[in-house]
Amino acid sequence: MDLTTRYLGLELRNPLLAAPSPLSRTVGGVRQLAGAGVGAVVLYSLFEEQIRREAEQNAQLAPQGTETYAESLTYFPATVDREHGAHRYLRLLESAADAVDVPVIGSINGITPDSWARYARSMQDAGAAAVELNIYYLPGDPHIQGREVEDRHLDIVARVKSAVSVPVAVKLSPFFSSTAEMAQRLDEAGADGLVLFNRFLQPDIDCETLAAVPGVTLSTPAEIRLPLTWIALLRGRLRASLAATTGVEGPTEVIKYLLAGADVVQSASALLRHGPEHAGVLLDGLHAWMRRKGYCTLDEVRGVLAVPEDGSARERADYVDALRDANSTAYGSTW
Amino acid sequence: MRGAQFLQPLFEFPGACAGCGETPYLKLLSQLFGDRLMIANATGCSSIYGGNLPTTPWTTNTDGRWPAWSNSLFEDNAEFGLGMRLAADTHTQQARRLLTGNRDALGAELVDDILGAPQLRESELSAQRQRLAALGARLDRLDRAVADELRSVLDHLVRRSVWIVGGDGWAYDIGAGGLDHILANGRNVNVLVLDTEVYSNTGGQMSKSTPLDAVAKFAAGGKTMPRKDLALQAIAYGNVYVAQVAMGADPQQTLQAFREAEAYDGPSIVIAYSHCIAHGIEMRHGLDQQYRAVASGHWPLMRYDPMLRATGKTPFLLDSHRPRIPLIDYRHRELRFRSLANSDPDEAERLLALAQESIDQRWKTYEDMASRGPHHFPSDARKDR
Repeated sequence: MDLTTRYLGLELRNPLLAAPSPLSRTVGGVRQLAGAGVGAVVLYSLFEEQIRREAEQNAQLAPQGTETYAESLTYFPATVDREHGAHRYLRLLESAADAVDVPVIGSINGITPDSWARYARSMQDAGAAAVELNIYYLPGDPHIQGREVEDRHLDIVARVKSAVSVPVAVKLSPFFSSTAEMAQRLDEAGADGLVLFNRFLQPDIDCETLAAVPGVTLSTPAEIRLPLTWIALLRGRLRASLAATTGVEGPTEVIKYLLAGADVVQSASALLRHGPEHAGVLLDGLHAWMRRKGYCTLDEVRGVLAVPEDGSARERADYVDALRDANSTAYGSTW
Repeated sequence: MRGAQFLQPLFEFPGACAGCGETPYLKLLSQLFGDRLMIANATGCSSIYGGNLPTTPWTTNTDGRWPAWSNSLFEDNAEFGLGMRLAADTHTQQARRLLTGNRDALGAELVDDILGAPQLRESELSAQRQRLAALGARLDRLDRAVADELRSVLDHLVRRSVWIVGGDGWAYDIGAGGLDHILANGRNVNVLVLDTEVYSNTGGQMSKSTPLDAVAKFAAGGKTMPRKDLALQAIAYGNVYVAQVAMGADPQQTLQAFREAEAYDGPSIVIAYSHCIAHGIEMRHGLDQQYRAVASGHWPLMRYDPMLRATGKTPFLLDSHRPRIPLIDYRHRELRFRSLANSDPDEAERLLALAQESIDQRWKTYEDMASRGPHHFPSDARKDR
């Protein structure tokens, strides 16, 4: 059975990717993921903000007490570097790319326009097979117009594309006025792949302490519907590859994403929850399902349930059908 | 710190770095033992902020008395402190001899009370001071030369508390031979090691207390030898009181260890974790970091009390819980560890794994010792106690 896949122009042994997560913070972790069978590893994201904060903190801590006392001019060896966060990431990327025989993809979350291109170039030089732009932008300012937000995404893609020759994927938010048009514009701007979607990590509220609680929760299969819908809608309409992410727990979610039209499926939560070896469970399940259904290659599976290009009537019909079914079953007749 | 905070400190306004991890231990020492203290201070941070002449943070109480303090050379501080002990003991013997010889003239009952007075509790020490005040008023009954001689040694009839204080550069390295000598000597001296795990005063050079994986001067690529276990080394003698404390993790255990060490009639050593600017931390979070040092197993809290062995109990007491946070959760907050992870992540990863292994092994050793019966530990062979 053939699980080989093409994503961002890269040849992969299968369509399962390790999404950015703490599992890829060490070379050992990347080795484990590759050993468990994934087709490629997307490293944890390099957060520019975090690197800057760390650098500022180090720059403040290292010279503490300098030239304060007669007997000690400094307290750390001169070799203690104060700005290492990016180097650390790049060294990991370099070592990981050497250590495994599957593509290693770098991931960036920048805050300044120039940083995206600069870090992308550095990742390419360190051996990244591709770069994933983890664009996490919450426009809380009511004066920011939708077009500005979109242009910001396009500007980042243009800058990065002009700086690197390796493929570039864009991990984007589902919240645009016209998500399909945004996908189309990113495609035209040169994005080699779209990763659907970034999860916004909304804070919760603790009623007892009266405090906002930042919370990172692992995704669940209930969250699969949104990316699944958009992958089904975008399949066949873009040049760029499509990667699905969010909500993968077992082989079922992998299969659903492929049927909707995803080129590859990324998983972080399930691998964190069950360990890197869970990749084998996902792939074995896909394999078994394909055998049971009589599929020999993924091309036969991919996009079987995508919305056809003239599917606008169907989109509306699906919606009406869904509501009618709901009325007649569990939820009463109040719709 | 229950029971100590209402006691007057005789150590105030030291010129140490803001947030220094050492000074709280010295303040506590002065609160607990006050004007009975005789301190031999090794050269290092504590000798600089402790005696930045012409000023000194060691101060007087309302009676005008204060701790005796002096600074020795780096390499002979333990012997210097032992000398203080011998001098104090000689003065005490001299005073007792003079009292005994002039028992009738001074009043037999008062003299007997003074010579036989217990002096462990604060109330007992206070009563002894009152007796000595009464005795002072009777000195004119004696020949003038005898009275002058007795007056010069009278204060030594209140039990002296000799403390030998220094950092890890002194205790683990430069003064290690002398420290070993005085611990093996059996005399009643107390040692306080203000352990910053690095030479602080001279600017962050590694000592034998610097942990595996830490970056320090002379170990810029990360230290590749584990830190010496000074506590176990001292325990090996069997008749040395030993404690490892961290005020930020368990202040009551620190208080108890100080009291037990001082009360023990023999050599005592208290090894006190002291955060430092050379760790690369925000000093206002120093006590939180002490807590993490203990919670990760980097700095287990323990006491070894030979008195328990003498009463048929296990002398090794493990005072901290089993490690409950990974070592990295403690270490990644300090630049001395983090910088290696930045400059050489593979080496940092290797050394961290070895450090974790070493800490796990030490914990098992301590746990095993804490569960052994008293007969597994040596008896105190001294007769003259």
